[in-house]
Amino acid sequence: MTISDQAPALQVRGLTKHFDRPAVDALDLTVRPGEFYALLGPNGAGKTTTLRMVVGLLRPDTGSVSVLGVDALADPIAAKQIMAWVSDEPMIYDKLTPLEYLAFVAGLWGIDPAVSERSARDLLVSLGLEPHLHERCEGFSKGMRQKVALAGALVHDPRLIILDEPLTGLDALSARHVKGLLSDRVRAGCTVILTTHILEVAERMADRIGVIAAGRLVAEGTLAELREQNGHNGTSLEDVFIALVNVEAAAA
Amino acid sequence: MSSAAALSWFARHEIRLAWREWLAMMTGGRRNRKRAVIGLVIFALFMHLPAYAVIGRFAKLQTPVDKTSLIVMSASIFLAWALMLSQAIESTTRVFYARADLDLIMSSPASLTNVFSVRIAAIALVVTSMALVLSTPFIDVLALGGGIRWLSAYGVVIAIGMSAAAVAIALTVALFHLIGPRRTRLVAQIVAAIIGAGFVIGLQVAAILSYGTLSRFAILTSDSAAAYAPGPESIAWWPARAVLGDGQVLLTLLACSLILLGTVMTIFSDQFADTAVRVAARGARAGRSSSAAAFHTGSRQQALRWKEFLLLRRDPWLMSQTLMQLLYLAPPALMLWRSFSSSATAIVLVTPVIVMAAGQLAGGLAWLTISGEDAADLVAAAPLSSSQVIRAKIEVVLMAIGAIFAPLVLALALASPPQAAVTACGVAIAAVSATAIQLWFRVQARRSQFRRRQTASRLATFAEAFSSIGWAATAALVLTLPVAALISGLMTLGIMAATWKISPRRTSSF
Repeated sequence: MTISDQAPALQVRGLTKHFDRPAVDALDLTVRPGEFYALLGPNGAGKTTTLRMVVGLLRPDTGSVSVLGVDALADPIAAKQIMAWVSDEPMIYDKLTPLEYLAFVAGLWGIDPAVSERSARDLLVSLGLEPHLHERCEGFSKGMRQKVALAGALVHDPRLIILDEPLTGLDALSARHVKGLLSDRVRAGCTVILTTHILEVAERMADRIGVIAAGRLVAEGTLAELREQNGHNGTSLEDVFIALVNVEAAAA
Repeated sequence: MSSAAALSWFARHEIRLAWREWLAMMTGGRRNRKRAVIGLVIFALFMHLPAYAVIGRFAKLQTPVDKTSLIVMSASIFLAWALMLSQAIESTTRVFYARADLDLIMSSPASLTNVFSVRIAAIALVVTSMALVLSTPFIDVLALGGGIRWLSAYGVVIAIGMSAAAVAIALTVALFHLIGPRRTRLVAQIVAAIIGAGFVIGLQVAAILSYGTLSRFAILTSDSAAAYAPGPESIAWWPARAVLGDGQVLLTLLACSLILLGTVMTIFSDQFADTAVRVAARGARAGRSSSAAAFHTGSRQQALRWKEFLLLRRDPWLMSQTLMQLLYLAPPALMLWRSFSSSATAIVLVTPVIVMAAGQLAGGLAWLTISGEDAADLVAAAPLSSSQVIRAKIEVVLMAIGAIFAPLVLALALASPPQAAVTACGVAIAAVSATAIQLWFRVQARRSQFRRRQTASRLATFAEAFSSIGWAATAALVLTLPVAALISGLMTLGIMAATWKISPRRTSSF
């Protein structure tokens, strides 16, 4: 199966996952290449479950997932090769240094060390971790750990980056570093999908926003389109989001 | 709240935490505790059988006992004390490094001296309780067979538990002051392992050098030991006399232990707080490593293997969990060395010891590499199949076992090539079996939970132990009684098959 630049960066059709109750309910979602897409929703709406199914950490009950034309359920290895996943809990090893961690991630993705070493150093420097390159991560703050995890996600130059609450626990400067890095990647043609409870981030950075509630996509579009769809012209994303979620809760 | 009320409130809090932790450890964290407790009771009753086999014949022992009996009893009590001391050193070190509630406690307006006095008492309580639980089948067997006078042994267990906790705390705090918090964690683990294994190993080494056997009782029951032992009124026999029912000596021992623990609590409570602060401050300064060789060409599996080896090498708790197993290899190694020039048949004993150690060590390493994956999502999201990941991790375990045991097998080959071949096969089979059991019972856990791996699945723990024992016995029988080896091997295979059958097998990569 080959990667297609013409295909959507992510296409999800009829994605369903039940635990005790439906977590994701026949979800359809399309994200275009080079797009910064923000997925919003209240706690327990199914955002993380959706993204974990996309990156291959959870098997869906039904539905399909396609990443740049690659069927992620039929050929998960090929899909994983072009994706990166950053969860809200940084997935790093306390006993490795940031540089060792990135070397490990680059090795897992089979990247040429000559390329990955330079890329790793550049990434860590750009995230303000240069003084800590050779320190083990065990003494790092939550923000530093999150930055190391993010650098790990970027070191293999993925075409689709999926981030679950990447800014939680970051100070203002760190958050700016991360946002800058993600914007640079989008400008370079990479696709970013991000969940966040910080609506200001979605409002400022996202090309399009999807709102998910009770496992279904209840609204999607640019900020202006969302305002228009819901008759909230001139109001903030927060107002639109709360209105959408309230409507969905009332319907349930 | 008055100071006394606050102290009793905190003591109740500590006891509740210790009880819940103990219960979780005993029940493997299962919600259906009733069934788990019933299972534990049945198991405890069952343990009276092996206790009877080991100690039943001594129940009729009456005072005055001969010197050899006193030596064996005193050595056994000292061994129990050394093991408790080892456990208490580890517990004390963990109190300093596990910062679960230290920040909360130390930021509260409570008196730290009082708080840490209670915590010291809690360590003594936990160590003593565990020793009481383990010794119960043995004491019961003695009391049932020889009368209630043997119940005084419970008092001796309490006395040695309190004294072991007191010495452990003094020793650990002294280590912090002498070498600082950065090195204490490692050194304390080494000290704990050496204390725990040192006495038995010392006896075995002496037995090998004097009698050419691994049996530690050879030294204890020898005429020379009796000749060098002090007279019957010596204070050295007090613990043994207390076990035999001497109430006055027992009360003296209990009083001395209590005074020792009280003194340690008084002297070290303040220092305990200071030490905790120093350790907490040290947490901000992480270790440094040279990453010169971090980026290297190789396959994805090589990257995984490199990471696993690096993490094993840097694992702070691996030392305490495996050093004792490795130390027990020292006597067989010494026996090997002494057997080069002779054709002693006793060298056959080396094989089961090595095979058993290989199985146990492989189980620990397999848990760390397979279940103890701190970045499970990262590895799962990488472009590798789950079978590739598992294979790389298993390779790490087997390579580590190979590296550790190859020198011993090679040395054995110089003394007896056929025995070396049997030992090598035994090591490989025991290691593969232990790894397979960890694979069948794998869970997603953090490496820091390593100490609790045995509580996650009692079944896996017992299967691992029985498999190691079975393969060790089979290897020994291959060398001495091949027909019996066939039966033993088939029985061990049966254990493996039954374990596989009831294991929560994973068939999906998700």
